[in-house]
Amino acid sequence: MNTHNSLLLAATLLAAVMSGADAISNETPVPSSPDKIDALVFENLKAREIQPAELCSDEVFVRRVFLDVIGTLPSAAEARQFLSDKNPDKRGILIDRLLQRDEFADYWAMKWGNLLRVKSEFPINLWPNAAQSYHRWIRASIRDNVPCDRFARELLTASGSNMRKPPVNFYRAMRERTPDGIARTVALTFMGARIESWPAEKQADMAVFFSRVGYKATAEWKEEIVFFDFAKATGPASARFPDGTPVTLSPMQDPRAVFAAWLVDPKNPWFVRSLANRAWYWLLGRGIVHEPDDIRDDNPPRNPELLDYLERELVARGYDLKHLFRLILNSRTYQLSSKPADENARGETDFASYPVRRLEAEVLIDAINQITGAREKYISHIPEPFTYMPEEQRAIALADASISSPFLELFGRSPRDTGLESEQRNPTPTAAQQLHLLNSNHIRGKLEQSAALRTMANRAKTTAALVDELYLTILSRPPTDAERAIIKAHQQTAADKQALCLDVAWALINSAEFQFRH
Amino acid sequence: MKKLITRREMLKHSFWGAAGLYLAGNATIRALAEPQLPGAGGKAKAMIQIWMDGGPSHIDTFDPKPECGADFCGPLRKAIETNVSGIRIGEMLPLLAKQADKYSIIRSMTHGSDAHETATYMTQTGRTPGGQLVYPCAGAVVSLLKGYAGGYQGQLPPYITLTEPLGRFDEAGFLGTRHRPFATGGDPAQERFIVEGIVAEGLTDEQQRKRRELLHKLDALNGAHPGNPGLEAFARSQDQAYDMIIGDGAKAFDLSGENDALRDRYGRATVVQSSGSAAPASAPRRTTFGQSCLVARRLVERGVPCVIIKYPGWDTHKDHFPEMKRMLPEFDQGVATLLQDLSERGLLESTIVWIGGEFGRTPRVMWEAPWNGGRGHWGRVFSTVIAGGGFKGGQIVGASDAKAEDVKERPVYPCDVIGSVYHQLGIDPAARLPNPQGLDVRAMPTPAEGVPTGGLLKEIM
Repeated sequence: MNTHNSLLLAATLLAAVMSGADAISNETPVPSSPDKIDALVFENLKAREIQPAELCSDEVFVRRVFLDVIGTLPSAAEARQFLSDKNPDKRGILIDRLLQRDEFADYWAMKWGNLLRVKSEFPINLWPNAAQSYHRWIRASIRDNVPCDRFARELLTASGSNMRKPPVNFYRAMRERTPDGIARTVALTFMGARIESWPAEKQADMAVFFSRVGYKATAEWKEEIVFFDFAKATGPASARFPDGTPVTLSPMQDPRAVFAAWLVDPKNPWFVRSLANRAWYWLLGRGIVHEPDDIRDDNPPRNPELLDYLERELVARGYDLKHLFRLILNSRTYQLSSKPADENARGETDFASYPVRRLEAEVLIDAINQITGAREKYISHIPEPFTYMPEEQRAIALADASISSPFLELFGRSPRDTGLESEQRNPTPTAAQQLHLLNSNHIRGKLEQSAALRTMANRAKTTAALVDELYLTILSRPPTDAERAIIKAHQQTAADKQALCLDVAWALINSAEFQFRH
Repeated sequence: MKKLITRREMLKHSFWGAAGLYLAGNATIRALAEPQLPGAGGKAKAMIQIWMDGGPSHIDTFDPKPECGADFCGPLRKAIETNVSGIRIGEMLPLLAKQADKYSIIRSMTHGSDAHETATYMTQTGRTPGGQLVYPCAGAVVSLLKGYAGGYQGQLPPYITLTEPLGRFDEAGFLGTRHRPFATGGDPAQERFIVEGIVAEGLTDEQQRKRRELLHKLDALNGAHPGNPGLEAFARSQDQAYDMIIGDGAKAFDLSGENDALRDRYGRATVVQSSGSAAPASAPRRTTFGQSCLVARRLVERGVPCVIIKYPGWDTHKDHFPEMKRMLPEFDQGVATLLQDLSERGLLESTIVWIGGEFGRTPRVMWEAPWNGGRGHWGRVFSTVIAGGGFKGGQIVGASDAKAEDVKERPVYPCDVIGSVYHQLGIDPAARLPNPQGLDVRAMPTPAEGVPTGGLLKEIM
C-alpha cells in the first residue's frame, strides 16, 4: 500500500515537472484500466438498485464513437470495415485511431472555441485575423496534445499582440475587460465555477490577480496588445487565492502568473476537477457535477469516488486530456446502450445508460453533406467586402463564429457569447428546424442534386443492395428485415430506383436515429 | 408545484409548441404565467417592425433641414407639407405626407454609437453592450410574452422575419435558439412566395403524404425509447412542421388572392431612366419590400404577434442620392399603403408599426473622395417613426438641432421606444426573463443597470 502510494506520488511529481515542457507523446500508453470506472459506476448503481443498460451493439458503437470523438459520421466503408472486423479488441483499436485523426483536432477546437468565445464580431469583437490566429493556436494545441495545464497557463499568462501572440486573445474574448469581468471568465473557464455565487469578498480577492492587465492599440489596423501593466501597480500588495491562501504580490511580478501557478498545481481542487468533470460531460452528456460549469459546495458530485478517480488519472498522466478520453471511451459505462434497462428510465443521473442527445448544428450539416456529397456556403459579414469560405469547408472546422450560414443559425450553433456549456446545448427541436430538414429547398436540393446518391442507385445491382448501402451510409448499420419489407412496400409507389433512393435517403435523414446520438 | 392546467391544450396544436412547453416547464415563466398572463391587456396585440438595415438618413426622410442648403441636403432641398399642419417631411415621401395623421415622428433618437453591430444591439434590445448577458431583441421578448405564454394559439410561429434574419448578433440572445425568428427566405414579389420549408416547389401534397408515411414507418428510435422527452419533442416538432406544410399555415403566404390594385399600391419599382436602353414594355415589377409589407399585414390578421421586415440597403456611404431616389419611393409606397391598409381594416388600432434603423446618417454630405456625395454613420441623433397600437399619430417628439447633428431637446433612447412599445402591448416592464445564468433579468432595464433613458413616450401614448 505504502509502496503504491509513493509510486503514485512520484508519478504525480514527475508529471508535474514534465508538464509545461513538451507535448505528451502521441504513442498509445498502456491503458489504465477502464474497469475502475465501471466498478465505481456499477457499484453506485447497485447501491441505488438501478439496473444498467446492456452493452451497445457494434453498429451503435461505431456511429456513436465517430460522432463523439471526431464529430464526423463514419462513411459506409468505415462502418462496414468495423462491423466485419473479427478482432475482439476492435473497439479499443478504433478509439485509438479516432483520437489521432485530423478531425479530432477540428472538432475539439470547435468545442474549445465555443468555451473560449472565438468570434470576430459582436459582442466579442476579436476581429477576423485575431480570431483566425486564435483558432489556429487552439487547434494546434489540441492536435499536439499539449497538456492542459500548459494550455491553461499559456492562455492565462500571455502578453503581446492579438495577431502575433494568439493566446492573448483569451483576455480580449470577453465582454467585460475589468478585473471583475476577467476573474469571472477565468473561473468559468478553468474552475468550472460561477463566481456570482461566491461571497463578494472572495470575488474581489480573485479580481486582484487580474487588476494589472493592460490593453493598448497600435498603429496597425485592429491590432491590440495585451500586457502586464506596471502603471497599475498601485493595487494591493497581497491577495488571497480562491481557496483562502494569502499570497504576497511583488510590484514587478505579473499577478496573472502567480494565479496560473496556483491554478494548475496538482493539489489545486478546482482546475483538475473541472477538467475531469468536463471530459466526462462531453462524452456522456451529463457531468458528475452537473452543470459542469457550476461547481460549488452545494452542488455535489453525483459519484464523488468516480470524479476523484478521473482527477487522479488526469494528474498522474501529466494532464493528458486525451488519456482521460481514451479511458472513458474504453469503459463499459460509455459503451452502454441508450435503451434504459430500468423501465422507469431512472438512472440518467447515474450513467445507467448512454443518453440520447441531438447532434450539434455543425455535425448535422457536415453529415448531410458527407452523405450527399454537397457543399455549403459559409460567409462572414466582416470585414467588408464579405468573406466567402471555400465551399468544401466543413462546419466543425470553422474558425470563427462570425463565419456562418442560415442552417447553423437555425440549428442553434453556439453564439459564443458567454462561454457557458449550456449555450452550446440545443435540447429542444423546433418546428422551424424540422420544416427545414423535411421540406426546404436547401436540404431537398442537396438530395435531389446529389451525384453520390445517383451513382449509388445506378451501381446497386438490386434494390436490396441499394437499401443496404443507404443504411450503411446514413445510419452506419444494415437495415433490419422489417425495414427491408417496409421499403419494398413503398417501392410500388416510387417511379424508379432513383426515386426510391431519394425517398429512402430523405426518410433516413429525417429520422430521429440520424439526428440524435444514441 | 402547481401546474398550468391548460398548458397541454394550449400547446397541442400550436406550431411553436415545443418552445411553449419549454417555457411552461420553466419555473420563472410559470410564475409569470399565473395568475395573470404578462402579455394580457394593452391596446396593441401585435408589432410590425420595419427595420431599415444599415441606418437610413434622417435628414433626407423624417427630419428635413432645407434651410441648411446643399452642403447638408444635396439635391433633396425641399421639405413638403403633410396632412398635419406644422409637420413637414422629406420631399421624397409624398404618400407618407398624406398619412402623417397616422404616425408620430421621434426626431431626437440617440445612443451615440456609429458601429452597425453595437448600434443594432442597442436599438433592438434597449440595453447597452457589456455585462455578462447578451440580451434578446425586443421582437424575441414580444414573441416570448405575447406568443404562447401570452395566449397565442396560431399555427404560424409567433415571431416571423421577412425575409432574412437581421444577422450581426444572436437575435434571441440568452433566450436561446428556440426564440429566434422564423425567417421566411424567398421573395414575396415573385409569382410564388417560396417560404423556406413551408412552400416547396415540385412536390404535391400526395407525394408529401407518402414520404411522411415512409418516414413514420422507418423511424425506429422513438419506439425503442418510450417516454424519452427529447425524442418526444422531436416527434412533436415534426408533426407541427407537417401542420404547416400540408395544413393551413402556408395560405398566409399566398398573395394570389389579394386584390391586384392593392398589391400594386404596395409598390412597384422605380424605373431608373437610362439613356440608350429601351424602356421595358411591361410595368415595373412589384417590390420585395412592398409585398413584404402586405405579407406582414396578412400575418398580423392571423394573429401573429411579432413581424419584422428586414429592409436592407440603407448603408449609403457612396452614391447616396441616387440610392435615395431609387429607394425612398418604394419605401414611401410600401409604408404609406401598409398604414392605410391596416387602418381601413381596423387593424392599426391594435398593431404597432415601428419604423427605423440602427442610426441616422452624417447630416453634412461627404462630397470628398472616396465618398463623392455619401453619408456616414450617425448615432448622435436620428429619427424613428411609430404608428398604431394606441400610439397617437400626427405628433413630433423631440427635435434635433439646426443641422440635424445633435439632439436639441427631449432625447429619446432605444429603451424608451422599447419600453413604450411593451407598455402598449401590455408587457410588464418587470417581467422576468429566463436566462442560463439564472440571473434576475427584467424585460426593461432597472435603474441599477444605468441604461440611459429619457422616459417613456408619454407624449404620444
